[in-house]
Amino acid sequence: MSNSSTSDLLKPFKLKTKQQELLIRVSILCLVYILAFITRLFSVLRYESMIHEFDPYFNYRTTLYLTQHGFYDFWNWFDYESWYPLGRIVGGTLYPGLMVTAALIYRLLHFLRFAVHIREVCVLTAPFFASNTTLVAYFFGKEIWDSGAGLVAAILIAVCPGYISRSVAGSYDNEGVAIFALLFTFYLFVKAVNKGSLAWGLASAFGYFYMVSAWGGYVFIINLIPLYVLVLLITGRYSMRLYVAYNCMYILGMLLAMQIRFVGFQHVQSGEHMAAMGVFFLMQVFYFLDWVKHMLSDTKLFQEFLSITVTCAVAAGGIALGVGVASGYISPWTGRFYSLLDPTYAKDHIPIIASVSEHQPTAWSSFMFDFHILLFLFPAGLYFCFKRLSDATIFIVMYGLTSMYFAGVMVRLILVATPAVCLISAIAVSATVKNLTVLLRSKNKVAQIGSTKGTSSAKASSKASLDQSQPFQKNGAMALLFGAFYLLSRYATHCTWVTSEAYSSPSIVLAARGAHGNRVIFDDYREAYFWLRQNTPPDAKVMSWWDYGYQITAMGNRTVIVDNNTWNNTHIATVGRAMSSYEDEAYEIIRSLDVDYVLVVFGGVTGYSSDDINKFLWMVRIGGGVFPVIKEPDYLVNGEYRVDKGAAPKMLNCLMYKLSYYRFGEMMTEYGKPPGYDRARGVEIGNKDIKLEHLEEAFTTSNWIVRIYKVKPPNNRW
Amino acid sequence: MEAWIRARVTLALTLFALLFFVSRSSPPRQFVISNAERRIDLSSHIINVHLTLKVENTGTRPASEVVLALTPTEVDHLAMVDALAIKGKRKKTTSVRLEVKPTELPDAPPIDAKYFTIYLADPLNSGESTTLEVLYVFMHFLEPFPAEIAQSESQLVFYHDTALILSPYHIKQQTTFIKTPSTKVESFIRVEPTNRVGTEIKYGPYEDCPPYSISPIHVHFENNSPFAVVEELVQEIEISHWGNIQVTEHYTLVHAGARHKGVFSRVDYQSRQFSNGASSFRYLLARLPARVHSVYYRDEIGNISSSHLRTNSLKSELEIEPRYPLFGGWKATFVIGYGLPLQDFLFESSDDKRYLNFTFGCPLIGMVVDKLTIKVVLPEGSTDPSPVVPFPVEHRLEAKYSSLDVIGRTVVVLEKKNFVPMHNSHFQVYYTFNPIFMLAEPLMLASAFFMFFVACVAYIHIDLSIRK
Repeated sequence: MSNSSTSDLLKPFKLKTKQQELLIRVSILCLVYILAFITRLFSVLRYESMIHEFDPYFNYRTTLYLTQHGFYDFWNWFDYESWYPLGRIVGGTLYPGLMVTAALIYRLLHFLRFAVHIREVCVLTAPFFASNTTLVAYFFGKEIWDSGAGLVAAILIAVCPGYISRSVAGSYDNEGVAIFALLFTFYLFVKAVNKGSLAWGLASAFGYFYMVSAWGGYVFIINLIPLYVLVLLITGRYSMRLYVAYNCMYILGMLLAMQIRFVGFQHVQSGEHMAAMGVFFLMQVFYFLDWVKHMLSDTKLFQEFLSITVTCAVAAGGIALGVGVASGYISPWTGRFYSLLDPTYAKDHIPIIASVSEHQPTAWSSFMFDFHILLFLFPAGLYFCFKRLSDATIFIVMYGLTSMYFAGVMVRLILVATPAVCLISAIAVSATVKNLTVLLRSKNKVAQIGSTKGTSSAKASSKASLDQSQPFQKNGAMALLFGAFYLLSRYATHCTWVTSEAYSSPSIVLAARGAHGNRVIFDDYREAYFWLRQNTPPDAKVMSWWDYGYQITAMGNRTVIVDNNTWNNTHIATVGRAMSSYEDEAYEIIRSLDVDYVLVVFGGVTGYSSDDINKFLWMVRIGGGVFPVIKEPDYLVNGEYRVDKGAAPKMLNCLMYKLSYYRFGEMMTEYGKPPGYDRARGVEIGNKDIKLEHLEEAFTTSNWIVRIYKVKPPNNRW
Repeated sequence: MEAWIRARVTLALTLFALLFFVSRSSPPRQFVISNAERRIDLSSHIINVHLTLKVENTGTRPASEVVLALTPTEVDHLAMVDALAIKGKRKKTTSVRLEVKPTELPDAPPIDAKYFTIYLADPLNSGESTTLEVLYVFMHFLEPFPAEIAQSESQLVFYHDTALILSPYHIKQQTTFIKTPSTKVESFIRVEPTNRVGTEIKYGPYEDCPPYSISPIHVHFENNSPFAVVEELVQEIEISHWGNIQVTEHYTLVHAGARHKGVFSRVDYQSRQFSNGASSFRYLLARLPARVHSVYYRDEIGNISSSHLRTNSLKSELEIEPRYPLFGGWKATFVIGYGLPLQDFLFESSDDKRYLNFTFGCPLIGMVVDKLTIKVVLPEGSTDPSPVVPFPVEHRLEAKYSSLDVIGRTVVVLEKKNFVPMHNSHFQVYYTFNPIFMLAEPLMLASAFFMFFVACVAYIHIDLSIRK
């Protein structure tokens, strides 16, 4: 009696299986959401809440401007502080999605009375969007496979190093929000194709708009989706659902994307966007044919009509494209696009793209580093996808294969491939685990049924049959299951290790281990930038290699000649030429650019290897690409790049060498080595007696990493 | 009739005014200074002048107002003036602090001068005498010459003064001692008898100087002490009744000595520390209250990693190093922040009010502050703030919105110009606060979460679809 009453009382709290499942799923998702956020906070714990690397400093500076001056000023901002004397139309040459997002979060928090600094918002934007990406991955996985695959996909993408590399706290870059936008757009589009609903098509158009506003990688979407549609058309999967989804997404997405000033009319004018338009027209032809087929009941007549129409359509399309390109209305493909399709293109034609380390072709090791077990789960997932082909799985297969190709072309595009790899691997994991558990559970069930209802003999026989037919299968399933969990746990360990060791360094502050195992911090960059900010005239112009441009304007608050935007190759080449000329000639160039200070980065004292001397050959190449006076062989000895006594005479006397090694010859860097021993290159320098005539040392940081020189006014003529 | 009355009134007023002026202008002549000794300390960029005056009342009436005179340039650089009356004899002396106020003197003196009046505690009777000790503190008073120096040169400065003490009274005997930081004195003007021994230059004794007698001198000497000046310090003290006081200090630091000229060479600076950049400085020491916690040191572009904190039960010392050594004319801005336990600084007064008792000053040791702003952020919902500061300051009220504030916090802003370490003293801010306001923010958060869960429950249970 009392027993039943307690059970009655507990009844409302007892959950049905479905509710239990929901509860477990929601709590797993919540945990994954939190995990994705906190695993990206290593850099904040190790260092501090700060902006990392180069480009994020520009984004931070513009976000600051946006919050201080409002949206219209931001939109119309002409920046005098960069690309002196040309300037830069910032509002028209950036993707504003990231800044607007951060500013909106900032406004929202302030509206809710949370007094946070904009820097904190910027630092945490990328982890926040990474968390959101896990949710999208869950829904995407659910859409293409089942909710189990969705959960696995969410977990895999939450810790995948390929994604973490661009979304740790402080890495305030376009990619941080763009990967979320990319996956979200794809998810909405696949949903729209599956449902054939206008509402989802509209949603995917807006997702596309957000992606366009956030990152130049939107070109991938606008080419992948038409390609996908084309594949569906060819494989005979054309349907009304596809028609609705694609047309809605393309037309509205294109119109919305035109609102971004940097993109403008490219959707109708640039060669990179023409595939989408071609497929759009092809869709109309298909629809028309469908209608004609419906009207004409004669198959033979239709076949003839089909051949005429298709020929005409293709011819018309070809002529239109030809005329467009010839008349210059449609711009040809850009160099960046070419370099994506052909890995060797940039090396031969655009040194400025090739000089960036993240534009190099990917090494096998970095695939292993960034994907770990996903690398061989990926083909397994592809197998499962092919086994159960649907519109959705075709999409993920195409996304996976194309992005894997691009990931092989450029290191930084591993990022784009990561969501696809995670999703496909999730399908593999989920399908395998599901199959195995079904195997285990079904046997138990049979055994149970046998034991409960049969007679003793039947029981014995069933047991015996089980033991004879499937003992090995059961144990095998158990072993495989354990193997899968072992692999997944290795993956988790690997991801955490990679995140903490490789991807959580801000690269502004350098850390090293001291002689006694203590942590030594080299904060020279900020020392120099802060010196510039405080102790130079506010209108001083600083010349440096373009890598440091964004940081100088953001942290030093001074005008720079060139920066990481690299929109004007000639200007960069001029700086490269100045750095690789003799001091007299360089002085002429410096005077003509109205430069007050020259900044170089030098690692000879600390052994910091990514300094200007090691980047110098790129300066020579880029300078020589525009000014043939600069010839690369002049700086090499038998094709070898040296800075010691055997170096080329032009090398020993060019401006960059002089500025880097000025008075370095008096410096003892390492015990037991001669003075002037360069620790970054491991040689004694070749020119220890450096005299500067037109420049003077203005500041050198405590570890010599940044050296700033002041340009002297010209001598009086009398 | 009316015109006549008006004329009478005017006449009466004129007479009254005349009488007033006559009575006002009489006191200075009453005193004679029988002995004056002045000690000027030039060892840092804060100049301390100790003046010991033996004042004798030679007038007929008792008088209590002694007037001091300073030149206008001195007044411009004057950070503080303080006067003590010395009582008792020999070893059993006690000193009483006296009130000093700037005044105007109507009778035109032979030279341009500004005046301060010391109000004696007891009027000095005719024929009596008393000893007064006066402390002047001057800032920005040493003039670097040459105004620009290179890295390897040391800093030379000029000190301008007069060998005879400027005074509206007759001085019977006076002596001046000038202490320089080192024996390196380039030049100084002699007014015989003048004598220089080691780091001390002695002017005098001079006998029987009439009022307003002066004799300009200058001393040109080496002073390599760091001329560290905080151009502006904004200190924000935020009180939370949950047990914490958060202090945030924004500094604009400048080296106010001779400007750095030409090259800054790191090789020379690192290898020859003593002969190079002698007047520059790298380290600063801040003395913070005991039991300080969560100390940070940063600037606009991030954390500055070079600082050390030493704490013990009595005090905490924070040694900070700006990002780069400061040479003449170089600037650095930074922020220091720390938390303090509430019970050490917040007390309840008898009339049911609460008050904050905190140090008015700059924690950096030996620092001159051109403009010091202290902002006391009271908790939300506190009323009737009233500051009590031992010296005159400007004060006003502001509002600040911190996290989860709805009506804003009252901020008491205190501003003081020309602040020197001798000003360091405690000040109080009284206010009334109802502890119920402490619960406002937790309740707000709790209700927000509650609303969120209610919304979730409602969303799950309500069917929003149009189709049935």
